[in-house]
Amino acid sequence: MSDWYVYLIVFGTGGLVCLLGQILVIKTKMTTARILVTFVILGVFLQAIGVYEPISEFCKAGVNVPIIGFGASLAKGAINAVKSSGVLGIFTGGLTATAGGIAASVFFAFIFGIIFKAKTKKL
Amino acid sequence: MDEIERNKRYNSYVEAKIAKTHAWPSLFNAFWVGGLICTLGQVFNDLILYIFPNVSTQSAWAYTLIILIFLASFLTGIGVFDKIGAFAGAGTIVPITGFSNSITSPAIEFKNEGIIFGMCAKMFIIAGPVIVSGTVASMIVGLIYLIF
Repeated sequence: MSDWYVYLIVFGTGGLVCLLGQILVIKTKMTTARILVTFVILGVFLQAIGVYEPISEFCKAGVNVPIIGFGASLAKGAINAVKSSGVLGIFTGGLTATAGGIAASVFFAFIFGIIFKAKTKKL
Repeated sequence: MDEIERNKRYNSYVEAKIAKTHAWPSLFNAFWVGGLICTLGQVFNDLILYIFPNVSTQSAWAYTLIILIFLASFLTGIGVFDKIGAFAGAGTIVPITGFSNSITSPAIEFKNEGIIFGMCAKMFIIAGPVIVSGTVASMIVGLIYLIF
């Protein structure tokens, strides 16, 4: 197990990332899809310029759990696959690295979609 | 009543009806709920590495995310996630739980339009743009890396 202060860092940094998202929601009235796309692209960009790894070392789940981490592993997968298998890696790298998350999301959505019925929304 | 006057009154009516996002409380809620979800992820990650010491760091993260995706998907199914989401805003959207919710939620909602064209097709109504933009961006990165 990590030391207690690691959890404090994770809580603080993860919270800050979400705070940033909430500021975007309030200031620009962005929809869920736009917020997610923005953060994924941000993750890809941070990984591409090599800044993500040191941030991730420090923040751990604080950046890995937010969707930024998803973007970062897409980019990391692409870079590593290009190193190992050249041109083919451009095509296979990104999705291979994130396949677990995408497959899990689709699978659970399918199962729970079958099981549960839609509830009428109360506003 | 002329048209401009009517539009003006209609706009102010709509403005009054829209649920207002109170800025400060929502920022605070997004912060602590988001932080808590990330901390939960760290706890899962540490537990996995503690119970299965020979799992690689990368696999441990994959398992962690899959657990969070499962929880978010389940909570969406029983209708709890929407309530947390209304309270925390981006605090639940920005973590991977938001991605999972964005797939499960339309899957359940559009089930009554059929399994194939309802559920399976509409699943990606929000996740689609995310996967497309992420894939394209990562391929551009791969291409740049190959050239330089």
